[in-house]
Amino acid sequence: MIKWLLAWRYFFKRPISILAITAVTLCVFIVLVVMTVMNGLVRDFKQKNHDYAGDCIIEADSLVGFGYYEDFIDLLLKQSYIEAVSPVAKGVGLLSGPGGVRNIGIEIHGINPILHSQTTNFGQTLHYQKQTVSDVFRPQYAPGRNGCVVGIDLMGFRKPSDGSYYHPDNPIPLELVVNAFPLNIKGGLQRSLDLVSTKSFYYSDDSHSGLVRVDGAVVYVPLEQGQILCGMDVPIKRISSIHIKFKKGVSGRASVGQVRQLWADYAAQNADKPGGDLFANVHVQSWQENRRSVIAPMEKEQTMMTMLFLMLGVITVFIVFVVLYMIISHKSKDIGILKSIGVSISDIIWMFLLFSVFIALIGALLGSAAGWGFLYKVNDIEDWLYEHYEWQLWNRSVYAIGEIPNKVEMDVLAVIIGSTILACMIGATVPSLQAARKKPVQSLQVNQL
Amino acid sequence: METMIKAQNIKKSYKMGKTRLDVLRGVNLTIEKGRFVAVVGASGSGKSTLLHILGALDRPNSGSVFYQKQDLAGLRWGKLNHFRNKEVGFVFQFYHLLDELTVLENVMAPAMASTSSLGWFSLRSKTRKKAHQLLDRFGLKERLCHKPYELSGGERQRVAIARALINEPPLLLADEPTGNLDSRTGHGILEALKELHGEGQTIIMVTHDERIASQASRVIRLIDGKVQE
Ligand SMILES: Nc1ncnc2c1ncn2[C@@H]1O[C@H](COP(=O)(O)OP(=O)(O)OP(=O)(O)O)[C@@H](O)[C@H]1O
Ligand SMILES: [Mg+2]
Repeated sequence: MIKWLLAWRYFFKRPISILAITAVTLCVFIVLVVMTVMNGLVRDFKQKNHDYAGDCIIEADSLVGFGYYEDFIDLLLKQSYIEAVSPVAKGVGLLSGPGGVRNIGIEIHGINPILHSQTTNFGQTLHYQKQTVSDVFRPQYAPGRNGCVVGIDLMGFRKPSDGSYYHPDNPIPLELVVNAFPLNIKGGLQRSLDLVSTKSFYYSDDSHSGLVRVDGAVVYVPLEQGQILCGMDVPIKRISSIHIKFKKGVSGRASVGQVRQLWADYAAQNADKPGGDLFANVHVQSWQENRRSVIAPMEKEQTMMTMLFLMLGVITVFIVFVVLYMIISHKSKDIGILKSIGVSISDIIWMFLLFSVFIALIGALLGSAAGWGFLYKVNDIEDWLYEHYEWQLWNRSVYAIGEIPNKVEMDVLAVIIGSTILACMIGATVPSLQAARKKPVQSLQVNQL
Repeated sequence: METMIKAQNIKKSYKMGKTRLDVLRGVNLTIEKGRFVAVVGASGSGKSTLLHILGALDRPNSGSVFYQKQDLAGLRWGKLNHFRNKEVGFVFQFYHLLDELTVLENVMAPAMASTSSLGWFSLRSKTRKKAHQLLDRFGLKERLCHKPYELSGGERQRVAIARALINEPPLLLADEPTGNLDSRTGHGILEALKELHGEGQTIIMVTHDERIASQASRVIRLIDGKVQE
């Protein structure tokens, strides 16, 4: 019983416990904020990549692409675990405004808008035609003309302040000229009338995927026109990739494996046809594998952050250790007294452990509350800083971040609080063990000096 | 008469660098139940050391202490705590009260020490009553909720005695309970001890004051690390 009473009294009577609580509070606060923001960014970024790519991608390494895709798509659609499939023809090109002003390097994506928005999140990235995806290539101001969907950052609609975009009520009439470099089936430039194929499109909508490299580079055109522009229409029709969406509830990993098997069989069957050699460049990947090159650095950063904050955790343990060490050496006399009246060693250790748990609990509580409050307001704080001091944590003209992620996850919070308590208990164990081991007379004499 | 505690050839020395300080050089003692024994000796003669060893707060280098035929050296962990908690009450020369607890809580501390949190609920009111009685007896009725540092030396020493008695130990060990007090206050403490002795309490008291020692029923002198009566 006495351990509870004394732990409680020590906790309230010693100014030093306020210092310990402050240290714990600060650590919990920092770790919670950084973990939340970092996790949020990574999760958000992964989600955007998943949205962009679909669940599974069959993709050619080379710009030449591959043929005989139509039969394979039919085959895919017969599979019970597949929900939707979208072929995409990709190529590189230049985009210029009327009169040839301003050439920008772009990626041309020829898509079927309906299939593509069934397979990926394409439809939701649109601004004007979210509800009418099938008409996305028919400009509202001139439905008869060839429309194109432009990555939003190519349009310069971005407000630097908070990273949001503004749109006129209706799409502005704008003619865009796409120059592409059509490749023949051998991978050389096609020598038809001209080395470059050129076509005018009319801006009908823009696409906002949230991925800088996509929004700043991709121009979507109808699949057939993409194929023509990139020389993928002769002598056999070719595409660059097939995006696949699986049915809800099926295992992504297993399904990718099945698709991989299907593809291997199909490629083997058709390898002897003209252009069959192109199959050698084609890979079947899950969206994670496909987007690895962009996701991996982000994950590395997250791991590094976690490591850094683990070190912070070590410092917390050390601070608690120092504080408890000081308290215990101050309380050496008390330990001697307690032992002389028959309090057991385990009770003395428990007393200091309880004391450290009080510190951990209060510190974790305060830190979590402060962190939660800070995160709740972080976007307001950032806006305010930008308005008054033009200072931004992430420059919105560089980073594709709308808002700073601020949703505290309960499991992260639980882990932080749990490890705080553990850390504090570890910090308390060593000095209390040391103190409890002394003979009562020794502890009593120390204080008389 | 029944033997309460018996010391056999107790030796204790301290190493101070290369020299060895022999404090106790073979102390033999037998103290019967119900005695009021005074241990006297010059400062540094090892009185406190002896008392600590008798109270199992320290161990001798050699020799043994028998408490009612039980060898203290054989006590481990739980048994040792039980001995310190229930069998002896120790009154220190420098009071040694817990500053974080009130007077009342200090007196109840030994009772709290030996009960679990749950057990405490059933014992609480009984212990509290006993603590009240003891403090009342030593004239501290008004100071129950004070902290030790708010009390005078004599008051603190009386709290310490009350604490030593709360578990009704058969043996009371007091290390110069009057040493830091003026003669009048010291006299009050002595009267209280004599009264306890009158009720049958076995007491071993260390003092360097012959006048106080003469009040005891038996006087033991520590000279050159040995007992002379
Ligand atoms: N932990 C220790 N280390 C070294 N020497 C010690 C230790 N404890 C006690 N001594 C020495 O042992 C001797 C006896 O000490 P003790 O406290 O028993 O004396 P005492 O008779 O109680 O004296 P006083 O009347 O002043 O209280 C002293 O010389 C002291 O310096
Ligand atoms: Mg002494």
